[in-house]
Amino acid sequence: MAADTLPTLIKLAAARYGAEATKLGPDDDIFESLGIDSFQAVELISDLEDEFDVELPDYELQGVKTFSALAAKIDKRR
Amino acid sequence: MLDLSRINCLGAALRDATTTYKSRVALIEADRHREAARYSFAEVRARAEGIAAQLQAEGLQPGDRCAILMQNQSKWLISATAALWAGAVLVPLDYKLTAGEQLALLAHARPRVLITEHATWERLLTESPGAPQALAELVVIVTEPPPDRALGRARAWQPKDAPFTYHERQRDDVACIVYSSGTSGTPKGCMLTHHNYLEQAQVLGRLYPMDEGDKFFSILPTNHAIDFMVGYLLPHMMGGAIVHQRTLRPAFIAATMQRYGITHIALVPTILKNLERKVKDRLDELPKWQRLLIDGLIDLNDAATRRAPNHAISRNLLRPLHDTFGGKLRLIFAGGAFVERGTAEFFNRIGIPVVIGYGLTEAGTVLTVNDLKPFRGDSVGKPVPGAEIEVRGANERGVGEIWARGPTVMKGYLDAPELTAEAIQGGWLRTGDLGFIDAAGHLHLVGRAKNMIVTEGGKNVYPEDIEALIGELDGCEEFAVYAANYIWPTGKLTDERLVAVLRPKRGDDPDQRAAPDRLLAALRRQNRGLADYKRLAGVILWEHEFPRTASQKLRRDQLAHQLRERLARAEAIQDL
Repeated sequence: MAADTLPTLIKLAAARYGAEATKLGPDDDIFESLGIDSFQAVELISDLEDEFDVELPDYELQGVKTFSALAAKIDKRR
Repeated sequence: MLDLSRINCLGAALRDATTTYKSRVALIEADRHREAARYSFAEVRARAEGIAAQLQAEGLQPGDRCAILMQNQSKWLISATAALWAGAVLVPLDYKLTAGEQLALLAHARPRVLITEHATWERLLTESPGAPQALAELVVIVTEPPPDRALGRARAWQPKDAPFTYHERQRDDVACIVYSSGTSGTPKGCMLTHHNYLEQAQVLGRLYPMDEGDKFFSILPTNHAIDFMVGYLLPHMMGGAIVHQRTLRPAFIAATMQRYGITHIALVPTILKNLERKVKDRLDELPKWQRLLIDGLIDLNDAATRRAPNHAISRNLLRPLHDTFGGKLRLIFAGGAFVERGTAEFFNRIGIPVVIGYGLTEAGTVLTVNDLKPFRGDSVGKPVPGAEIEVRGANERGVGEIWARGPTVMKGYLDAPELTAEAIQGGWLRTGDLGFIDAAGHLHLVGRAKNMIVTEGGKNVYPEDIEALIGELDGCEEFAVYAANYIWPTGKLTDERLVAVLRPKRGDDPDQRAAPDRLLAALRRQNRGLADYKRLAGVILWEHEFPRTASQKLRRDQLAHQLRERLARAEAIQDL
């Protein structure tokens, strides 16, 4: 995994939904820890695509729950 | 519309369509702003025959089951058509379920072949502990295979340039096994026959015709009864085009509607409500005089189209509003859950009528539907031709349980004769929903007679399933999960919530007062592990022993009765 993916992802997620980045861990449930549903998560995915210059297809994100799993999906595409 | 009365099976209808409309556009697949695929009916035929050849080369025989587990895309429909032509029984599965849930359904359905996206296949393999029996003998065909990796035992989805044999099925043969619920406990796999689908398609095709140049935007999951009918079978049978967008985000959905001039779409009520809010927000931002003008035009449109919709008039009067939806949208099918009257009426007033119906997977797509002659937002419409509705055990207000009979009622649940016998009695389907029929013959829904909820996104959730998922709870003597509206009926289909009734242990623990807190913390942890639509919204702490039968089975209705007698809903439920 690229070293910066996970911290950048957590930083962006925290900023987008007003959470504290230090309280978010790699294995935390994205939806639960940010208090968002899958509709709201769409905004984060768009942020991530811009930041990492990747496309994250819906069919690959199905079932992704934790920050580390999402980071792995981003790395696969970088 | 094809004449389906002389056709025996879905495969034959789809074969007819591919020759009748051969040069028309059948499928368009967009991915973001790119067009990933576009096929005429003749090209669909060639590709489906190639996949049918692949399925037969893998050993698929007529009557074998073929599961499809994919997000909406052209390969979903081509695969389904191919499987039907090879004489298979389709098993459409929900891609939004967890891997464990999908495996449970595969184990129950025992398909010969699974067609799925590679990413989903990997998830099934990695997220399931051990080597599940469900996958042992399965032929797996994957789409979107990664270019640089071996596929293991899976085969790549590839139309085969080889002859295939078309297998005709009979009307009474099962065409699809559709799971209506029950990912734990006993799965409810509704066996729907070719007759069920052909009869439903004939009726809906007459009510809501589509033509060349019309485009249906398929965004509800195709495994669901509604999209399977209106986003697959019907457009094919009527020669319309089906549009898919691989990336279902609001910006791309709107762009797709614009680019392709979408004329028909099916939505769940939550999305419909969001759209309503967006349009209203835009109207609110207008200067006052413009707002008054638009309100006047909406009133004018309402008067002009009261008897029946007229898209040309509405679009001319309200062009800026219609342009929000691409300018060509004529009809919205709303389904899966309860549609609020105000939302439906709003869209109708701006000239994009919402078709509201009532149906269950057990009875095809719809049993009753609003025929728009005229539009009514307060009911779920009249029974479709061929369907009969009875309200049984009606109270003084005429409200009772809805039973239905007709050509679309399923054969039964797969491998569950007891459940089938409960659901279908003397040829009538017991829906478990409560309603009444008004003087004009329209059905109105007012609640559920059974302990279940339908989420705003249109998923059926049975509390018994959630109990099995939660399993053991430390510090708990016994617990049960309920739909709050089952304990305290509200006469409405809104605010449906799942609640757990807990009886904490009262042992010798010196720290007894903390026990319920620890129990709640444990439950919250378990709750987090559930799919979001299955999560509990509240708890009820209850001190008394649960009523049970001699064989220790929970007497669910009695416990609900006790709770209702002794507790008021608002005070009893604590948020979880």
